Amino acid sequence: MMRSMTGFVLAVVAAAFVAAQAAPAGATTLETVKARGMLNCGANGQLAGFGLPDAEGNWAGFDVDYCRAIAAAIFNDATKVKFVALTAKDRFTALQSGDVDVLIRNTTWSSSRDSQLGLNATGTNYYDGQGFIVRKDLKVNSALELSDASVCVQQGTTTELNLADYFRSNKMKLKSVTFAQLDEALKAYDTGRCDAFTADASALYSVRLKLARPDDHVVLPEIISKEPLSPFVRHGDDQWFDIVKWVHFALLNAEEYNITKANLDEQMKSDNPDIKRLLGTEGNYGEQLGLTKDWVYRIVKLVGNYGEIFERNLGQGSPLKVTRGLNALWTKGGIQFAPPVR
Amino acid sequence: MLRDVHGPEPAAPRESLLYDPRLRGALYQAALLALIVVFAVAIVHNVAENLARNHITSGFGFLRDTAGFDISQTLIDYSSSTSTYARAFWVGLLNTLLVAGLGIVLATVLGLLVGVARLSGNWLVARTAGAYVTIVRNVPLLLHLLFWYNAVLKALPDFRNSLWLPGGGFLNNRGLFLPKPAFEGGAWPMVAAFAAGVVAAALWRTAAQRRLERTGREWPVALPMLAFVAVPPVIAALASGVGATWSFPQLGRFNVSGGAEVLPEFVALLVALSIYTAAFIAEVVRAGLMSVPVGQSEAAAALGLRRGQALRLVIIPQARRVIIPPLTNQYLNLTKNSTLAVAIGYPDLVQVFAGTVLNVTGQAVEVITITLAVYLVISLATSAAMNWYQARTALVQR
Repeated sequence: MMRSMTGFVLAVVAAAFVAAQAAPAGATTLETVKARGMLNCGANGQLAGFGLPDAEGNWAGFDVDYCRAIAAAIFNDATKVKFVALTAKDRFTALQSGDVDVLIRNTTWSSSRDSQLGLNATGTNYYDGQGFIVRKDLKVNSALELSDASVCVQQGTTTELNLADYFRSNKMKLKSVTFAQLDEALKAYDTGRCDAFTADASALYSVRLKLARPDDHVVLPEIISKEPLSPFVRHGDDQWFDIVKWVHFALLNAEEYNITKANLDEQMKSDNPDIKRLLGTEGNYGEQLGLTKDWVYRIVKLVGNYGEIFERNLGQGSPLKVTRGLNALWTKGGIQFAPPVR
Repeated sequence: MLRDVHGPEPAAPRESLLYDPRLRGALYQAALLALIVVFAVAIVHNVAENLARNHITSGFGFLRDTAGFDISQTLIDYSSSTSTYARAFWVGLLNTLLVAGLGIVLATVLGLLVGVARLSGNWLVARTAGAYVTIVRNVPLLLHLLFWYNAVLKALPDFRNSLWLPGGGFLNNRGLFLPKPAFEGGAWPMVAAFAAGVVAAALWRTAAQRRLERTGREWPVALPMLAFVAVPPVIAALASGVGATWSFPQLGRFNVSGGAEVLPEFVALLVALSIYTAAFIAEVVRAGLMSVPVGQSEAAAALGLRRGQALRLVIIPQARRVIIPPLTNQYLNLTKNSTLAVAIGYPDLVQVFAGTVLNVTGQAVEVITITLAVYLVISLATSAAMNWYQARTALVQR
């Protein structure tokens, strides 16, 4: 009962105190976080690979490691993060009301979220698209054959809107069944309430493993939307916006210059000026952001570079075995491209 | 203070206005009112300022925008391509009212039966009713809901092994599918006949009452009233040709098309709310019946009334004034509890409006304000109706 009320409570709190704590006069988000000694990070609590606490309450996932990277850059301690599990429905209100400092929860970057919601997306950390999963015995080979099908979907997502758009533009009849939680939607699909389940393709890899018999299901080839997933911060604090944005770029640059957890101390001795600027052995680019000189050193030391984070949580080092695809670096056939640190 | 009783009577001291109880009362109330107004203004101002500072859009203009999402159960026309957020609001509200209205009727009937059964002289009946109340009342409603939803879903066959119902219906884990009469000639002759039937039934009841008071003889009441209400619409339907064509559900590749559809989410929510609330209503009814002294039953028996008559004519009218106020609370609870629909994907007001619409538009303040206002209005209207009924049927006491 409480869970379903969370959205309400959050929203009401927001109604009374929107941003009252978000930006107390004069205190920047960075100052607030430092004073608190802890980064409050809005995360997904249900999606293996992106954000999920294990039985001991240790959080793991791609987005989770982004939270840790920010904490590492600020505190030189990747454990100083308080994870707040948010549903798709609650997430923006939680960020707007100041409940979390940053929202990193496989959230799609769209124009209305950037403007109308008073938020800023800081840069695509995962290029995704929406797909469908169906039972093999339905003998469906394409999403275009799904007319009249029941589709289970999570509420409050771009997924819900794309689904209606896709069926409408292909003149197919849709029977959607909408749930507040991903798990509930998935369970309904698993019990046969729906013919298909739709979510971001990355999530489909992960939720498929949660089904009673994963091998009885197949992901359809169509990707029906662009879903650039990005961290979000509130409007009105450019310094904080820059920090979250540049933590992402630092992770990408570190991978591009082959700076890894393992070879980090060797790379500190490198003569390559790009690497020297990145690791802070030359210039003070970290201090310009409000951090320290060795901010990238801290991030890579404690969390790793983009590639390491990806492989550990989603790629070959994980049960999901997601390929890099679009998320490979631009030098390796993908579209992940970071501006230089200089 | 001592006063010389024999001394001259002192002039009554002119009391300061400050000690005038009425003035003081008014002052306190004015101060409280001012405080509340200041508080409210401060909140509104604070919210508006913070929204503006964070560049969050505000205002109610979004209600006219196209919604763009799909809703699984719509009592009025709705399409994701053309309907507005305002339309989605009405769809959600009607779904809430549907489940709350039917839930209240079912819970009342079931609660009344169980409440009376608990006082039955039959050991088995009384204990069964007692066990029902104890078990149902002590399990959280959300668990009831999940139980019924999963029980309903899991127990039913999947779509390709649908159960065939006599008359051309289907039952499967996508819901209940029934033939639906096509209202080609329009539904209004039936509606008119139904209205006429209701009026006729009311007249019959009044006439029977008058006759009973005048002559002491009874006419049958229940059956004729039922006939008055039920028969004319059927005749009208047959006469106007409605029902000659039926829309039968057809099994398609994925789903059933045509006919009328009852969603499993709706059934699960309705059943859970009714069964849960009925347990509380049963206790309310039991308390009400027990508040009537035994002497009343004995007196009714002495007058020669049968047990049923005694219950209907003597006990219940006296119990009713005890029952109605807590019963109103249960009705309000049921309506508010229907918001748990979010857990099982039934598109009620909270799920559609305070869920999807809030999330898509991001206008939390406006959406939540509207939603709160709607539940307030529903609750106040229910209370007003029950109070009116209470006042109308109150015992006239000397």
